Amino acid sequence: MRFGVVVFPGTWSDRDCGWVIDQVLGADLRYLWHKDRDLQGSDCVILPGGFSHGDYLRTGAIARFSPVMEPVAEFAARGGLVWGICNGFQILCEAGLLPGALIRNDTLQFRCEWTHLVCERTDTAFTSLVERRQVLRIPISHGEGNYFADPPTLSRLEQHGQVVFRYADERGFVVPAANPNGSVHNIAGIVNERGNVLGMMPHPERAAEVSVGSADGLFLFRSVIDSALKVLTA
Amino acid sequence: MPVAVPDRKLKEVALSRDEYRTLVDKLGREPNDIELGMVGVLWSEHCSYKTSKALLRRLPSQGDGVLQGPGENAGAVDVGEGWAVVFKVESHNHPSAIEPYQGAATGVGGILRDVIAMGARPIALLDSLRFGPLPAAAHHFDGVVAGIGGYGNCIGVPTVAGEVYFEDCYAQNPLVNAMCVGLVRADRLKRARAEGAGNSLLLVGAQTGRDGIHGASFASLDLDEDAEERRPAVQVGNPFLEKCLLEACMDLAALPSVVAIQDLGAAGLTSSVAEAAGRAGSGALIDVAKVPRRETGMTPYEVMLSESQERMLIVVERGREAEVINVFQTWDLEAAVIGEVTDDGLLTVRNGEQAAASLPVELLTEGAPPRRPESRPRPEQATILSLDFMRREPPDLSRTLKRLLGSPNLASRRSIFRQYDHMLGAATLVPPGGDAALLRIKGTRRALAMTIDGNGRYCELDPYVGAQIAVAEAARNLAAVGARPLAVTDCLNFGNPDRPEVFWQLEEAVAGIAAACRAFGLPVVSGNVSLYNESEAGGAIYPTPIIGMVGLLEDYTKRVDAAFKEDGDFVLMIGASGNDLGGSEYLKVVFGQVAGRPPAIDLAAEKAVREFVLAAAQAGLLHSAHDCAEGGMLAAVAECCLLGGLGVRCPELRAEGDLRLDSAFFGESQARFIISAGSRAMPDLQALARRQHVEFDLLGNVHGDRIVFEGQVDVDLGELRDGWERGLVPPPPPSPEGRGTI
Repeated sequence: MRFGVVVFPGTWSDRDCGWVIDQVLGADLRYLWHKDRDLQGSDCVILPGGFSHGDYLRTGAIARFSPVMEPVAEFAARGGLVWGICNGFQILCEAGLLPGALIRNDTLQFRCEWTHLVCERTDTAFTSLVERRQVLRIPISHGEGNYFADPPTLSRLEQHGQVVFRYADERGFVVPAANPNGSVHNIAGIVNERGNVLGMMPHPERAAEVSVGSADGLFLFRSVIDSALKVLTA
Repeated sequence: MPVAVPDRKLKEVALSRDEYRTLVDKLGREPNDIELGMVGVLWSEHCSYKTSKALLRRLPSQGDGVLQGPGENAGAVDVGEGWAVVFKVESHNHPSAIEPYQGAATGVGGILRDVIAMGARPIALLDSLRFGPLPAAAHHFDGVVAGIGGYGNCIGVPTVAGEVYFEDCYAQNPLVNAMCVGLVRADRLKRARAEGAGNSLLLVGAQTGRDGIHGASFASLDLDEDAEERRPAVQVGNPFLEKCLLEACMDLAALPSVVAIQDLGAAGLTSSVAEAAGRAGSGALIDVAKVPRRETGMTPYEVMLSESQERMLIVVERGREAEVINVFQTWDLEAAVIGEVTDDGLLTVRNGEQAAASLPVELLTEGAPPRRPESRPRPEQATILSLDFMRREPPDLSRTLKRLLGSPNLASRRSIFRQYDHMLGAATLVPPGGDAALLRIKGTRRALAMTIDGNGRYCELDPYVGAQIAVAEAARNLAAVGARPLAVTDCLNFGNPDRPEVFWQLEEAVAGIAAACRAFGLPVVSGNVSLYNESEAGGAIYPTPIIGMVGLLEDYTKRVDAAFKEDGDFVLMIGASGNDLGGSEYLKVVFGQVAGRPPAIDLAAEKAVREFVLAAAQAGLLHSAHDCAEGGMLAAVAECCLLGGLGVRCPELRAEGDLRLDSAFFGESQARFIISAGSRAMPDLQALARRQHVEFDLLGNVHGDRIVFEGQVDVDLGELRDGWERGLVPPPPPSPEGRGTI
């Protein structure tokens, strides 16, 4: 089971993801340079957080043209697991691998704080070890995490159950007060229809050890490992 | 020797006529225009420390574990298991006054490069800020906070701690001090010495433009009405480019052919080449024609003095340039060989085949004539110390607590630090909002504590005592998370030293820092001086020495924080209280006065209470620990309550002897902590207090959701929190449409 972590210029969560994969979980880790077109046999490709290409022009708008995005799109089309976190989610939207867009937080300010996510899909490869309606404590850190989609897209997302995470209060109630950035329907993370491409604004790699405040992010990493091993052994 | 240079020209490069005479004497000829400009910036206060250098020698800089003291890009201290911590604080006051966002952003960018130049990966940023009162100062405050966040968040270094205060004296002269902490394997620590004649000088990173020419000279003048016209002297930051520069420099660590890395900061190429050559006792030859530029038509003068950001100078063994250039190309960065190291002791500048300048390196780096301005306390220094306060009736204590915690200087800082990424790196064990930040060194059980502190008001009243308190409080902050202080970096923010009372303040403050650091065995390993923080309209700032301090906790499982944890826990005050209302927040907020003697400082008592808290934390006896500082005991207790979401119930507080009741609650006596502990720990704590000879007073118990001292104070925690959290925040805008629920 191998994770490939893509490194764009300006990416900064690559090392945090790498730490969890390599040091906390002892899984196989490869860093994938954005100029290379080789996914090095990864079973799951992570597009990590950061400011790829400075997020100049628009978040993720330049990164989607990086050479590595071609094999990533092909990999996703074949059903490979692609996981965009924060800037990675923004890139996936720009690349058209996920619907909608991430716009400026409604506060017009950057927000770094702990959030609670309620998990609404436990049948994806990313959430198979999470209980339905389980509340995960995972932090956010972004200036443009306000998920937006037009009404038809939004209703399609909801109809197909593509919303995986919503911002909630500690008890799992999806309330306006728990929404840190103005995201429509409190959306924190979505999958594509096939369920193999996940984009989420919160940072599970920052919630992988109790000493830093939460280990809830490990549910996601472990789900991916579990699912990939099932595929590999099937 | 004829000295025919016109005044206008000297004013342009901010040199006095005396300094010019010295220059001509030492050089044995008149300098040409380029040379004059180069000397002008390097002899500016900002670069030469000509006024403060003699004073700074009084600071202790040696100690166990010091790997690098002052004189390099940053200081470095051994923290065990092969790791070194690298850190420095630097001011960016003048640029931030003119252009708050870019001034603060490039301040962050500059201090990051200092740490990167040591070969270290930056792991944390801290900042110390001063503004005029809100809302008038909102454009400074909002711009600076956004600039710090904008740079730090984008480059991906967490901003983990800081402090901010609001006072009238900073209205025209806000202070922006940024500190960076980095980690490096001790055997990979780099030094910026341009050694080895024939080795190549590479300029890497951003292209050179006309931005920021004469920034260093600008920082060495009072802010006057022309300041707006100096806007071009403020640089513009590009954190994305610096992120690439950072990663490329980290990749260089693996290359033995890299001799040195030097940041380009104030005075650009001139200063960085001169400093790197000066440290090695070598010389350098630069060809400005080889400097990659982003503008056409730049003169050699402009190239040598440009302060374009995100550039570094790399010294590389001759013949091995390609491997270094290759690293930078991977990151799509410019890297050009612009010259070489020589052994003639000269900084020689050419423009292609044309000679442009040739100056002795030592003349540039050490030649500025030291200045020793007159020193005299102002006449009214004695009167501000006298405070006839004893006849005042103490006001309602509950209302006073609410007023204090809702005031800008004590209100919650969450509205600031949630705009900063403070979790990146997944190392932050104690986040902002506590006494000090604590970050683990990944792969070990060790953790680094860090804080930044100062109190300009105390220093205005008594700079010697105020500076000692800054050191003592920083050390208490580290102890409050369980860490032992290791070393200091300082940033000395003062007014115009040519005024005798300002130079007196500087002398006193440096003496205070030196005394406290010696008493605590703490070396000052790096620092920065920012003078001329005054304006015609606003006068001088309070003397504001800022102390950055780093400490070590060998086992992070022994960490402590300030939040009350459990209903029923005992709440204790460690240390003794006196009538210390002078310079207090209470006096300012309730009576509108800045007067009196600042709190008495007893360095031995400081050590004793700190050792008590460290020993108690090490033994696992504490549920919480919090430094008692601005706002006094009651504010400290209230902060523990607010952080933990738990109240306290205490019996009536009796002020014994001649202790005033309001001083018992709000006085700012030093050497005190508020701790909480379970009942089983109490006998051990009592025994420890006796052994350490520290005063140990039971205040009451953690309980419920109110702060109660029987018959004296009764405040609902929720109500207190509302005021505390809104103290810095404008009322929220109406909720926008589309914030959906299901």
